[in-house]
Amino acid sequence: MHDMRFTIPGQDLNREPFAVKIPDFQKKSEVMITDKGYKCRITNIVPLSGLERLFQLRIIDPLEREVFNFRPGQFLMLEVPGYGEAPISISSSTSNHEFIELCIRKAGHVTSALFEARQGAFVSIRGPFGTAFPMAEMQGHNVLLIAGGLGIAPMRAPLFWINDHRDKYRDVFLLYGAKEPSQMLFTYQFEEWKKVSHVQMSTIVENPDESWTGRSGMITALLDEFTFDPKETYAIVCGPPVMFKFVCSHLDRLGIPMNRMFVSLERRMHCGMGKCCRCMVGSTFTCLDGPVFDYWSVMNLKEAI
Amino acid sequence: MIYKVISKGEFKAFIDALVQNNSSFGPRKVDTGSNGKPIYQFMPVKSVDEIEFDYTVTHSSAKHFFLPYRDELSHFNFSDGNWEQEIRYEAPPIILIGLRPCDINAVNILDDVMLHGAYPSPYYLARRKNNFIIGMDHLPLPDCFCHSMNRHTVNHGFNLFCSDIGDSYYLSINSSKAFNFLKEFKIEEPTYEDNCSLIERRKNIKNSFETKIEVSGLPCFLDIEFDSPIWQKWGDKCLSCGSCAMVCPTCYCYSVEERFDVDLKGSTRQNHLYSCNLVDFAQVTGGHNFRPKTGDRLKYRYYHHYRGFAANDNQQICVGCNRCGRACLADINPKDVINDLRLERESCMICVLPSPDKT
Repeated sequence: MHDMRFTIPGQDLNREPFAVKIPDFQKKSEVMITDKGYKCRITNIVPLSGLERLFQLRIIDPLEREVFNFRPGQFLMLEVPGYGEAPISISSSTSNHEFIELCIRKAGHVTSALFEARQGAFVSIRGPFGTAFPMAEMQGHNVLLIAGGLGIAPMRAPLFWINDHRDKYRDVFLLYGAKEPSQMLFTYQFEEWKKVSHVQMSTIVENPDESWTGRSGMITALLDEFTFDPKETYAIVCGPPVMFKFVCSHLDRLGIPMNRMFVSLERRMHCGMGKCCRCMVGSTFTCLDGPVFDYWSVMNLKEAI
Repeated sequence: MIYKVISKGEFKAFIDALVQNNSSFGPRKVDTGSNGKPIYQFMPVKSVDEIEFDYTVTHSSAKHFFLPYRDELSHFNFSDGNWEQEIRYEAPPIILIGLRPCDINAVNILDDVMLHGAYPSPYYLARRKNNFIIGMDHLPLPDCFCHSMNRHTVNHGFNLFCSDIGDSYYLSINSSKAFNFLKEFKIEEPTYEDNCSLIERRKNIKNSFETKIEVSGLPCFLDIEFDSPIWQKWGDKCLSCGSCAMVCPTCYCYSVEERFDVDLKGSTRQNHLYSCNLVDFAQVTGGHNFRPKTGDRLKYRYYHHYRGFAANDNQQICVGCNRCGRACLADINPKDVINDLRLERESCMICVLPSPDKT
């Protein structure tokens, strides 16, 4: 015989105050919806090089499209249903609410599945997560953007931002290096950045071929092309982990303060919410406290780069 | 908190009534170890006679009721060229009987990690809110060091806590639900003698800890000793199997994976518990591994447990149950590692010679 006196009612969510502070999951405004993704349609796919493509996504629900606001440097979790999720940095303009652009290299399980997708397919995104480049703090200063390889992808968001607020910044420099000339991404935008955004730009490759007429060597060699006051300059460095160390120490020698150099670290996030601990650097999470760190914090963190 | 006393016979009747009407889990003997000692686990129980109230400690911890090995996060239903995402936060109500103070403390630490911060976990909350925890104190095993971590007593996080005082149990009632259940049974106000025997019991437990670890100032030590050769020494022993994380009551790191259903009409996103000692824990796409050495990964686990992470206010998350030490196949336990780390540094501080060269 079932005695109801001793039965715990199911889903008794808000009655017993166990934990000190518990968010109200019934009220949607209090808690960010992080488990349910925003459904997107792939509206355009632009092949950039052999391995990279630019995916243009549009959030289907108009309300969700309005809600999805991000700052330059943040990332999102891209879900290809059936294959899994991958953290991807957003490389579109923050003022563009209609479309989100993601520059993706075919590298792993999820991205390989995404490269099979055609225009019109549905994927899902969660986010945005993480910290952003302090664009407001940089106002009134020179900005030095240094990108290596795929590091140009997160660099596009600050570039778009600077283009939108060009009068607030002084000289803007973009140094872009790649392994080979064929791996240069967004070559079609170089003229636009130079002439419309008034960015002083220079490129370099490590292994030049016959078609390459520009400079070859390490990216730090480009720094002597420009003159700027290091005391009045902010730097953003994106690229492979090996690049940070020598670029940042070079900038340090030039005299840019360590807390004005920003790097975007790379880890394999699984949740994006500071729970799974897969992206831990020292004692901080790349997904909550990063991916954008200033170089001073990176120097203090253990095993960061 | 209300304090009452219940006789052991009446307590059994209470537990029996509770167990028969709810899905309940309690300590049961499941096997005998190689040393001849019984192995206990939290298993489903149907009557009070199945529960071993005098068990020592379970092999696995109680965290799996809140963080299962595999947990479905969401489900995708496919239909021609489109899909729908479906999320369920439901968790059936359960009763957990016989958790030790360190187990309850571990759940409190998990509360801090999973429910605080910018993104509280609804999956965890649903499970955490739908249970009824009955705690029981015990005399420590020779290798327990809960007292060193200050986790041998517990003040919150349970519905009912029972201290064994001879013929009866001294109850700490921490929820209205527990009080309403107990109304049907004969409970008494604690007398002066009961209070005395409770304090005697507490003293007895406190004095029976044989293993002690000095953890004061340990976060600083861990920072200083980041490049210590100690880590390589213990890392060479470690087999990177991840047993320690599976039995640990506070290890919560997980991995998210997605699989197609067998009928290909849907897919499931699920998380499964992971261990930072496994080789691909910090591997990123493209093959770069940020912690390729065994010693680095072992160090990372000790870092998490004894230094703490920013997410939970840098508090130490180890509760001192030594489950990891018992489960380890290579015989690595926290006591030896920490004492090793401390001895090396303290001997350096005493001697006037400069610190030995680090390799």
